[in-house]
Amino acid sequence: MTEALTDIFWVLIFPGFLFTGIVGLVASYIVRKVSALVQWRVGPPVRQPLTDILKLLGKETLIPEEANRPVFMAAPLVGFAGVLLLSTLLWVTAFWPDKAFVGDIIVAIYLMVLPSLALILGSSASASPHAAIGTSREMKLVLGYELPLVLAIIVVIIKSGGQLSLAAIAQQAPVLSISGMLAFLVSILCIQAKLGFIPFDMAEAETELGSGVYMEYSGGLLAVWKLMQAIMLVALPMFIVTVFMGGFGASGLPLVWGILKYVLVLVLVILIKNTNPRVRIDHAMKFFWVYCGLILFIAVCLATIGSAWNINWL
Amino acid sequence: MSWKIKALKKSPWVFHVNTGACNNCDIEIVNCLTPKFDVERLGIKLVGSPRHADALLVTGVVTAQAAPRLREVYRQTPKPCAVFCIGACACATGIFNSGYHVVGPVDKIIRELDPNAIIAYVPGCPPKPEAIISGVVQALSAI
Repeated sequence: MTEALTDIFWVLIFPGFLFTGIVGLVASYIVRKVSALVQWRVGPPVRQPLTDILKLLGKETLIPEEANRPVFMAAPLVGFAGVLLLSTLLWVTAFWPDKAFVGDIIVAIYLMVLPSLALILGSSASASPHAAIGTSREMKLVLGYELPLVLAIIVVIIKSGGQLSLAAIAQQAPVLSISGMLAFLVSILCIQAKLGFIPFDMAEAETELGSGVYMEYSGGLLAVWKLMQAIMLVALPMFIVTVFMGGFGASGLPLVWGILKYVLVLVLVILIKNTNPRVRIDHAMKFFWVYCGLILFIAVCLATIGSAWNINWL
Repeated sequence: MSWKIKALKKSPWVFHVNTGACNNCDIEIVNCLTPKFDVERLGIKLVGSPRHADALLVTGVVTAQAAPRLREVYRQTPKPCAVFCIGACACATGIFNSGYHVVGPVDKIIRELDPNAIIAYVPGCPPKPEAIISGVVQALSAI
């Protein structure tokens, strides 16, 4: 009984919904503030992301007549649940490493797909031509970046000697080796695509005066999508830090060091977002499959050689 | 004041509708949204869909072709929302007053649809971006 209550507390309050929601809104503010500073302007106040969500909750929810109502309304909740579980998993790995289980990196990989899948389902349930174009672009993008992301994680698993548990993988820092650094750089770009940031935001804003996949959502459902995006800003860079850079500590100096690593990944993502144009979907797919695939193929070979002959810097 | 209105005043997302304008007012609106005037510090963001919008920035005298579309866009904007008539043509048909294609100024079309609509007027031909920002802020503090 107390086990179940502890789990509910973890998912809803402490490293779950409330805590991650607040951290996610702060991260969302950091994205907008850094973007504003890069453009030599002032940018919004700290409460702005929270005000946006509250405002959206106060508006009426309009559902298109021909939309598939159950899927339309369930999709944001499914995506939100996926990303919430992912962030709870990562926090548990950081703060209570003995609770991590073997194979949780595979759970993390498929939980990471859930938000994109929910977005595809929700926008195709919208019955809108703009959303349909956005859906097809999002599907192609997901096909594009999932392969390099999984290959990058395979590089990390090879370098950690075949361990499948996030707590064990977080003991090393593969980014300090050549193959790890290549995998790290490619996975930053995959995270960029998953978050829907420029240069890979063609699903959302390409039909620029149409908002693409989110077009028919309004009011409370849009608030859930925005909150999901905010929490993804916490979960995905934290995943990168845990897998590539040696993870978070539980307290003291390793915790501060972990927070600095997270901020570094976040700022890298923001700077890439602000200095690039949007690419076409076929360019993006070619980039992920051909160029990133080739780089990661080399990285996998280097990692295998390195772990077979015990050369740590390969 | 309820939390809904309070949050709405601090985060008005705008959607731009052109109902037959000469494009001058549209250019001034787009100028308004550039980093020079930085309306993001007021929480204003340009959105791509009327379903995400809180404020419609309507330019142009409403032509016969644009009138049903303007009504449809207004219906698709979730309430509570505000309509801003930007420019002399949107406020009161301006120099196109007796044109054959003119159905009416924006407020006539909106009030036929929703007599309780919140409508604000920013006159000018075209109004400067500073005037547009000032109009939006004044209208929001009057709600």
